[in-house]
Amino acid sequence: MRNWRCVFSMVVYFAFCFSIEAYKFQRTQQTERISGSAGDVLEDDPVGRLKVFVYELPSKYNKKILQKDPRCLTHMFAAEIYMHRFLLSSPVRTLNPEEADWFYTPVYTTCDLTPNGLPLPFKSPRMMRSAIQLISSNWPYWNRTGGADHFFIVPHDFGACFHYQEEKAIERGILTLLQRATLVQTFGQRNHVCLKDGSIMIPPYAPPQKMQTHLIPPSTPRSIFVYFRGLFYDVGNDPEGGYYARGARASVWENFKNNPLFDISTEHPSTYYEDMQRAVFCLCPLGWAPWSPRLVEAVIFGCIPVIIADDIVLPFADAIPWEDIGVFVPEKDVPKLDTILTSIPIDEILRKQRLLGNPSMKQAMLFPQPAQPRDAFHQILNGLARKLPHDKSVYLKPGETILNWTAGPVGDLKPW
Amino acid sequence: MKLLSALQQQGRRSNNFRSASSQLDSAVDGGVKSQATIFWLLLHGLCCLVSLVLGFRFSRLVFLLIFSTSSPSTTSTANLYSAFHTSFPSTTTTPSTEAVNGIIAEGSRVVVGRHGILIRPWPHPDPEEVLKAHRIIERVQREQRIQYGVKSPRTVIAITPTYVRTFQTLHLTGVMHSLMNVPYDLIWIVVEAGGATNETATLVSKSGLKIFHIGFNANMPILWEDRHKLEVKMRLQALRVVKENRLDGIVMFVDDSNMHSMELFDEIQNVKWVGAVSVGILAHSGGSEEDLSVAQTEKNEKNPQMPVQGPSCNSSNHVVGWHTFDVLPHVERRARYVGDRGIVLPRKLEWSGFILNSRLFWKEAKDKPQWVKDLDEVGRDGDDVESPLSLLKDASLVEPLGSCGVKVMLWWLRVEARADSKFPARWIIDPPLDVIVPAKRTPWPDAPPELPSSIKKAINIQDNTEKRTPKSRTTRSRGSRSKRKRSAKVSIEQVTTRYSSNK
Repeated sequence: MRNWRCVFSMVVYFAFCFSIEAYKFQRTQQTERISGSAGDVLEDDPVGRLKVFVYELPSKYNKKILQKDPRCLTHMFAAEIYMHRFLLSSPVRTLNPEEADWFYTPVYTTCDLTPNGLPLPFKSPRMMRSAIQLISSNWPYWNRTGGADHFFIVPHDFGACFHYQEEKAIERGILTLLQRATLVQTFGQRNHVCLKDGSIMIPPYAPPQKMQTHLIPPSTPRSIFVYFRGLFYDVGNDPEGGYYARGARASVWENFKNNPLFDISTEHPSTYYEDMQRAVFCLCPLGWAPWSPRLVEAVIFGCIPVIIADDIVLPFADAIPWEDIGVFVPEKDVPKLDTILTSIPIDEILRKQRLLGNPSMKQAMLFPQPAQPRDAFHQILNGLARKLPHDKSVYLKPGETILNWTAGPVGDLKPW
Repeated sequence: MKLLSALQQQGRRSNNFRSASSQLDSAVDGGVKSQATIFWLLLHGLCCLVSLVLGFRFSRLVFLLIFSTSSPSTTSTANLYSAFHTSFPSTTTTPSTEAVNGIIAEGSRVVVGRHGILIRPWPHPDPEEVLKAHRIIERVQREQRIQYGVKSPRTVIAITPTYVRTFQTLHLTGVMHSLMNVPYDLIWIVVEAGGATNETATLVSKSGLKIFHIGFNANMPILWEDRHKLEVKMRLQALRVVKENRLDGIVMFVDDSNMHSMELFDEIQNVKWVGAVSVGILAHSGGSEEDLSVAQTEKNEKNPQMPVQGPSCNSSNHVVGWHTFDVLPHVERRARYVGDRGIVLPRKLEWSGFILNSRLFWKEAKDKPQWVKDLDEVGRDGDDVESPLSLLKDASLVEPLGSCGVKVMLWWLRVEARADSKFPARWIIDPPLDVIVPAKRTPWPDAPPELPSSIKKAINIQDNTEKRTPKSRTTRSRGSRSKRKRSAKVSIEQVTTRYSSNK
């Protein structure tokens, strides 16, 4: 009789304990699972799902360029260099091209920098063309598919259109030789010439160590409502405004410069990263191109990104549910930005912060060295893996050529 | 200026169009050729001038105005100049921009080219929205505190010894506001010397906190030494209240003239049994200028920083000793009684630097540590309990807080008016003052005397007000008041002599 009672009370006690612990676990779990339109794919491991063959190009396409200007390692286009280094030592690399699913060409097209540090894209089409000519003549794999199982990293402003001015970029269009290849780029805008169907969008490079050193304790209360630091008028290229950012940044300034809730200015404070961690919303408006490293910074620092760029396609859009994480404001609604932000229900704001707090979200936006699981490198490979297996139709019959090698502006045809 | 020039250019441009169109007609009709060429030359010169002024944009503007068919030219120019004309309520600009460069991204909804800058008619913050934003921020911060702050916050039990005097409202209001901002549950035990009075009760009830207002049957003495001793007794009485009511939480000693930072309340949540924080000592010399400057130079020679009382640790973060206030340099100049000119010196270790777990005072607590004496033993004998360390048998088990005493979150200060200074009860002047003296006639001690007659009148009035409403002027600190009295006396003498000499 006494044993029965003991056992019963023990059972009740344990049940009670478990219920308490379960409750505690829910309370301390301040993050939410992230599942995009492709499912819970942020945590997938690409190893074993695909094989990548890295072409051995002469060093004038990569190493020599980097030696000439080592600033390429720290600017926001550095993803092309780090992806090359990652692939060289990654388990997905194969030295046997017959079993490779994807082929990678390491050519650094965004490393010709002005004294200011901005990349000049004028020689990039010729460089790319010369690299493709090399691989098509030395290996049979390019001509086998017309480049359909090759991927290239083109992180410049307008991707493979290779120009920084939007009008010129649209005029040029995507390099004709790349029209069958998969492009991994930072530029993404729907219904735009420079965005090909099937491209993989990646975040711009942001230095992970630098951001790590500026972390402040998460208990620091967030007291800034909206935060932005950057240009509103590009006085050098567009003095009156209206071209730069399609007038959206100038509109933000004119409407909200007097508003105490908006901490916006053109200064370069040394506490930029710390201030972002003290803000609830961070503005990520378009500039000359719709993408910006501010998105990466906002995600890392837990500040809800307010994206003001019509029709933008954000990085890893099939893996990350950006609609749930950020706030999208159409450019025509910028004068009503304060109303829009204050009328978001508080539960949604807290949910967005929980999603941003998920470490896999932050990890997916970074390019750490050495590579870590679930970082941006792996997300790129995941994206490539999701496109497998290749359709039978990409394989060309022997002797059939699809690509027009002489298309494009005459200047592109000059050898590099 | 820009407005005018813009309008001028607008006019000029429309003129150009009219002249251009009329010119074309006349050319087609086969009019006088020389006139046509002169006209074209003039037009060309005008265009050059305008493009000099406007810059390269002129050509694009011309194209815009020629080819824009969907909207009248005035609205498009209005949109273009919206950056300067903030009063224009601009609307959507897509019709005009389609014409601007002729380069449109194929199939894209977003158009390349010049867009207007949209500005709403009243680009200023809306107070309702500001309020909503603040509520959002508050909720976000509360969530942050839940997630990253102290996991299970304990009630803070603040013990304050006080008594009714001139500066009580000043000090107690500061403490009250600090306590009202504490994000945790709070119990405030106010011990009042001389019995519980309505004065104090009305003051502290404004806070809305949970208060135990206790009277202590002894008047606060004038000498600082005795005052410190009485305060200790009052604190022990409060601890007895904690014991009797079995209050659960963290006991901290909030003296009414101290200053606390909010981080202190977050830090004390880490206390297990007995904790010590560093207290910054603001030893104020409430005297005249000479004393201050002397004190400053001495301080600069020996100790240029603010003295701090608190725990000192070894490398493994255990308390091995205490930093105390060095009283020797100031002993001669110290204030002996409340309101005395001189530096008020703190004791060796101030009570406010210690934080205790309230369970130490309970009669039977489950895991009460063995190295704590019982409360009744300590205060019984009537001898002076110098600091809470006397409550402990082993002082080395004190936990240092604030990264081992490095962070100062609490400041000790004693500033009091003269003991006999008077002030209006509850700081309500009722009935209102009889005589209202215009400010420019009130002689200030630093101002040089003006004409004899006006001064005499002012002095007379001053004497009257001094007699009739002493309460209104005794609010100043003791030092300046005595100076005023002396200078008033001096000026009276001066005036009477002058007056008599004039006569």
